Amino acid sequence: MKKVYENAEAALYDIADGNTIMLGGFGLCGIPENCIAELVKKGTKDLTCISNNAGVDDFGIGLLLKKKQLRKMVASYVGENAEFERQLLSGELDVELIPQGTLATRCMASGYGMPAIFTPAGVGTEVAEGKETREFHGKEYLLEYAFDSDFALVKAWKGDRYGNLIYKETARNFNPLMAMAGKITIAEVEELVEPGQLNPNEIHTPGIYVHRIFLGEHYEKRIEQKTVRTS
Amino acid sequence: MLDKNQIAQRIAKELKDGYYVNLGIGIPTLVANYIPEGINVILQSENGLLGMGPFPLEGEEDADLINAGKQTITTLPGSAFFDSAMSFGMIRAGKVDLTVLGAMEVSETGDIASWKIPGKMVKGMGGAMDLVASAKNIIVAMMHTNPKGQSKLLTKCVLPLTGIKCVKKIVTDLAVIEVTDKGFRLLERAPGISVDEIKGKTEGKLIVDMDIPEMDFSVS
Repeated sequence: MKKVYENAEAALYDIADGNTIMLGGFGLCGIPENCIAELVKKGTKDLTCISNNAGVDDFGIGLLLKKKQLRKMVASYVGENAEFERQLLSGELDVELIPQGTLATRCMASGYGMPAIFTPAGVGTEVAEGKETREFHGKEYLLEYAFDSDFALVKAWKGDRYGNLIYKETARNFNPLMAMAGKITIAEVEELVEPGQLNPNEIHTPGIYVHRIFLGEHYEKRIEQKTVRTS
Repeated sequence: MLDKNQIAQRIAKELKDGYYVNLGIGIPTLVANYIPEGINVILQSENGLLGMGPFPLEGEEDADLINAGKQTITTLPGSAFFDSAMSFGMIRAGKVDLTVLGAMEVSETGDIASWKIPGKMVKGMGGAMDLVASAKNIIVAMMHTNPKGQSKLLTKCVLPLTGIKCVKKIVTDLAVIEVTDKGFRLLERAPGISVDEIKGKTEGKLIVDMDIPEMDFSVS
């Protein structure tokens, strides 16, 4: 099986204008930095991007936004990116804001072969508009559909040639779920090893979900809010 | 009236040993600084961590280890990492004992508006809708009035809702109030604050059916 690619450029060869892409990460933590840089370099446009946040003005998804490569964003919180909020308020960018748990679980449902889920998040709010509801045990739930995407770009800590992935600390977040939901899942990793070098007990994403993998480089791992205590 | 730290300190008195707790960004995060002596509370961070520890020392920050507010943090013995679906799974399944979050408005029926000011501030709801739709016990930490001096405790919320009929208790700079099926009910007042002042600044229905004690900040 040939899943290993040389770099982001090789792995993203067929991403095209108008595609829907999922991007892992929470804030700037666990974002696929190499894939994002490659998209910026390629200039692929009219993208629909599904990701929890929108990065900051000059890093992460913010870079795609600056170059106006996005047609639509599906996210749960875009507050760290002032340019984003501005484009949203001015109507330049189509934005769909959805509850964070709903975002995560809709990706998971896709990877679990379930077409839809019921969730209480958003009942009684504008999120519920136009959606079917159903009552279970006297409580109201919204029907939300699984979503997949043309591409899921995820970041992991370690991966092997079969696509098995292990994530680190809170850089895990949406990555495992989006990995399950991509029609084509591309993983960038900090360490790429031979099959057998990862303990099967410790694998977070089994390789069956991963189509392409490459060894990433030059991770900046920017910290959004460096916060320390005095001893 | 209370400052942010004192509001947090009063809320911390609601913590019980063994509680799993989610603290929202803003004033709620300060509750972690006032966990009573001898009580073990496990803090859940919605981005995938149980057992959130204190901020790191200078030079020990780890970019892969942050909280829901994107601040660098540490872990504690017994911490566990998991993905975002499991995080909201445990929240929706009612495993989290207490949720503390801020708000812009709360109604006398327990509705909460905390995420959007149309045309001005649309940052997104993040995890708030999941939390308020599922949490067993929700405490709102907020100022009693907004910067324009208008009451934030209303008959009906005007701003877009985060959730309906979900808030149980509110701690403001002036009072501790519970939400009952008959409206807001005053439980405690901040030191030096009169019941009349609280009534004057509460637009929604406020029930005062007992002698209202001052909040007690003594360490028991």
